[in-house]
Amino acid sequence: MTKIIVDGIEIDVPADYTLLQACEEAGAEIPRFCFHERLSIAGNCRMCLVEVKGGPKPVASCAWAVRDCRPGPNGEPPVISTKSPMVKKAREGVMEFLLINHPLDCPICDQGGECDLQDQAMAYGVDTSRFAENKRAVEDKYIGPLVKTQMNRCIQCTRCVRFTTEVAGVPDLGAIGRGEDMEITSYLENAMQSELQGNVIDLCPVGALTSKPFAFKARPWELSKTESVDVMDALGSAIRVDARGREVMRILPRINEAVNEEWISDKTRFVWDGLKTQRLDRPYVRVDGRLRPASWGEAFQAIAAKLKGADPKRIGFIAGDLASVEEMYALKLLASSLGVANIDGRQDGTKLHPKFGRASYLFNSTVLGIEEADAILLVGSDPRREAPVLNARIRKRWRMGPLPIGLVGEPVDLTYDVQALGAGAETLAGIADGSVAFAGVLKNAKKPLIIVGQGALTRPDGEAVLALAAKVAQAVGAVTPEWNGFSVLHTAAARVGALDLGLVPGEGGLDAASMAAPGGADVLFLLGADEIEVAPGAFVIYQGTHGDRGAHRADVILPGAAYTEKHGTYVNTEGRVQLGARASFPLGEAKEDWAILRALSDVLGHRLPFDSLQQLRAKLYADVPHMAQIDRIVPADPAAIAGLAAAGGAPDKAPFRRAVTDLYLTNPIARASAVMAECSALAQGGVAVAAE
Amino acid sequence: MSVRRLAAETVQPANFAFTPENLSWAQGIIAKYPEGRQASAVIPLLWRAQEQHDYWLPKAAIEYVGQMLGMPYIRVLEVATFYTMFNLEPVGKHFIQLCGTTPCRLRGAEDLIKVCHDRIGDQRHVSADGNFSWLEVECLGACCNAPMVQINNDFYEDLTAESFNALLDDLAAGRPVKKGPQNGRVSSEPLGGPNTLTDPSLFDGSVVGAWRKRFEEEDAKVKAAAAEKEAADRAQAAQAAVTPKPAKPSDDTAGTKATDTPAHRVAEGKPAVSPADQAKAADASNASSDEPLSKRPDAPTQDRASSYAANPNQGEVAKPADDKAKG
Repeated sequence: MTKIIVDGIEIDVPADYTLLQACEEAGAEIPRFCFHERLSIAGNCRMCLVEVKGGPKPVASCAWAVRDCRPGPNGEPPVISTKSPMVKKAREGVMEFLLINHPLDCPICDQGGECDLQDQAMAYGVDTSRFAENKRAVEDKYIGPLVKTQMNRCIQCTRCVRFTTEVAGVPDLGAIGRGEDMEITSYLENAMQSELQGNVIDLCPVGALTSKPFAFKARPWELSKTESVDVMDALGSAIRVDARGREVMRILPRINEAVNEEWISDKTRFVWDGLKTQRLDRPYVRVDGRLRPASWGEAFQAIAAKLKGADPKRIGFIAGDLASVEEMYALKLLASSLGVANIDGRQDGTKLHPKFGRASYLFNSTVLGIEEADAILLVGSDPRREAPVLNARIRKRWRMGPLPIGLVGEPVDLTYDVQALGAGAETLAGIADGSVAFAGVLKNAKKPLIIVGQGALTRPDGEAVLALAAKVAQAVGAVTPEWNGFSVLHTAAARVGALDLGLVPGEGGLDAASMAAPGGADVLFLLGADEIEVAPGAFVIYQGTHGDRGAHRADVILPGAAYTEKHGTYVNTEGRVQLGARASFPLGEAKEDWAILRALSDVLGHRLPFDSLQQLRAKLYADVPHMAQIDRIVPADPAAIAGLAAAGGAPDKAPFRRAVTDLYLTNPIARASAVMAECSALAQGGVAVAAE
Repeated sequence: MSVRRLAAETVQPANFAFTPENLSWAQGIIAKYPEGRQASAVIPLLWRAQEQHDYWLPKAAIEYVGQMLGMPYIRVLEVATFYTMFNLEPVGKHFIQLCGTTPCRLRGAEDLIKVCHDRIGDQRHVSADGNFSWLEVECLGACCNAPMVQINNDFYEDLTAESFNALLDDLAAGRPVKKGPQNGRVSSEPLGGPNTLTDPSLFDGSVVGAWRKRFEEEDAKVKAAAAEKEAADRAQAAQAAVTPKPAKPSDDTAGTKATDTPAHRVAEGKPAVSPADQAKAADASNASSDEPLSKRPDAPTQDRASSYAANPNQGEVAKPADDKAKG
């Protein structure tokens, strides 16, 4: 620790702190454009100048370490001034230079109201310009369907270049030319390839990079902001949903160091246009082969007529990928009140099961734990598509220091170096018995991390693969009292919640695949389950939000609420319980999902014991206590891994396939989104890259 | 400077590859850098690619170099657009880089610019016969021979509109041309012969020892004066023994300090530099280093010629001789 005096306040900070950090520690506010906590230091905007006593010139505080400051003549601590006349003059000078070429188009700029340059010009700038010459003009670039460019506004902070290179790991952007002619662009104006590219919109301190889908839609100050949780992948990123009236206008990340830092994937950010199209806004009943609009009463009567006479063994319930814990809980209570054992929350057919213990299906190491891991084994997992922000975390760890990463499964570009070990279970068995060399790497590691993806588990032999992965974890010492490196990466936001609630077939019950198979169930209730093909013959009730596969197959449609339209609990892949909040109301006659199930139970004569969300939650918390631990992870007992390892089984020789082949089209909301469709086409190479 | 873009698609070649000689040269360059730092070779490789490809860099060459070094194309493009010495568009057979910075401008670069405009047309535009294109550049470091241009790899200096026109005529016709100054100078000596140090006696050896001789003459004069003064003093002393000394001190010695210069010292018959000062200067405790300059470890090595290998392609010998001796 080093002593330093900032504006007369003596503080004690680590010597490797930058002056900017030290000044913030002392409570001084330092304006900045190029500096960003999570990116490398560029030091090129010069806005953060401060005065160091004894120096002839102001210094850029972001690029000047505390240890670089000389002490006073008698060994006094270095003295920094952030409010002196020299600093004020320097900041005004820098701001004047920045504004020389910055267009005065704030009234038509989408960044207006949340623009760093605007705010800092108000705080640190002068009110006039002495620049009478022509401003520089820069051609706008095409860098993809998500990010709109207005390059006249660019102040060359290079945050976007550093983000794509360092965090996203896809060096798409660069700065060509030099001096006044420096321009930010992608190579030959190709579309950016990163699935995290939307974050450059937030990083851009001016309006040079703005959201293309959100362009000219709304002003930040007219939006109501709701803090919520993302459901596009199992990571549960913290988001802020900005709505105007009933319409969701955009989605932004919130900072949650434990989960997503401050990044979100493009799917999370740009899926909102899918909330407005293909929506189910009223109940439908199939009459003579055609879906006819109906009232809630008619729809419920149609369901009751089918369910009342049906054999409980021939009724099935399947919960989908986006369902919140509340409605799945209501669904489970409804099923048990009807005496139905055929209930499943694993429509993708994953073989994870609560019977093995909670540790068998959680990302036990936690997302923060990735930063501590010193060797990683990916088993049938493609984190870049399954959870892009988690992939960025692995990359962050990989950049911090040597990190051997082995991959069993399909070789994919994960933005960091990966050792391809093999294709399937045989390689995994080789690691378990030590015949594959990578086993030694894992054994020597203090905190080995084994990430098991759904690609390895959604197969008929998934249980055997899971057991084998647990055996590997045991063999390499990944499970100790201090560290549990056996981590399952989920692909669906609802999955861990469903497993925590026990949405798995009861005694003699059928699983999702058997229910949907021909002759599986006579009446099938799909709670937002769209990723499953239901064979002809069954009477299908679909409760959901979008006219997707489930709704097309349905005989009765009950319109539900999307994740931005209801209060709901989601459990992410680490087992972290998080609350999503309502940003706008469900469309048309649609209702919150738990309320639909509650109303349906009344019609069926098995009234569920709650009349409000509060009552539902009270009962839920009584039944499943850890659901009350909001934003926290209740650690699972690692003994489950040992039990799982002992389960054994003979896995198939077939190679592991990726669970997510198209990142942008994994759920009904994303499939309804035009932006996601464009991204998907670009990612698949289906559309020729546009060049202006 | 201006915005620089890759050449139009119509002039871009479909592909680019190093010739076998350049390829082996490139591999030698790449091998100079430690593992994982191969991207450092990007500038020499781009330069060689430009030399191979008629002095301009096509898109294919940028991608070729990117692939060779495992760099994202945008990183290579950043380098290629940063340095104006990389031509991104086709240039003439004789590519003229015309210095337009202050000294050349003061010495008539504007006339040369006009010649270029008249003969070739706009900057960055190849003349119809393919012989010429030109570009105004910043200082090329030949200000003492201003105004000047660089054509391909050679400097042509001390130009006027006429000599520049003649030069271009010769180049266009394929006649041999003189490199360097075009006004009769050999390098940067004064035009029309020297106008200082012109006295022939400076060079015939007659002045050797002239200064010493002057000192000796002065010395003899001083000695004669001293002897005269001694004689006068003696006479005065004899008189003083008779006459009492005045109460006021004589101001004979006033101003001696101001005349305490080496010349005066010599005039007084003392050494030009006082021995005390000499001793002080020679005192080792005043020195900034206790070793003679030549023995200091950071002293420039005498063996300049062999400190860097003649052929930089051989990575091993391309190290300073000092390092080799140590390591």
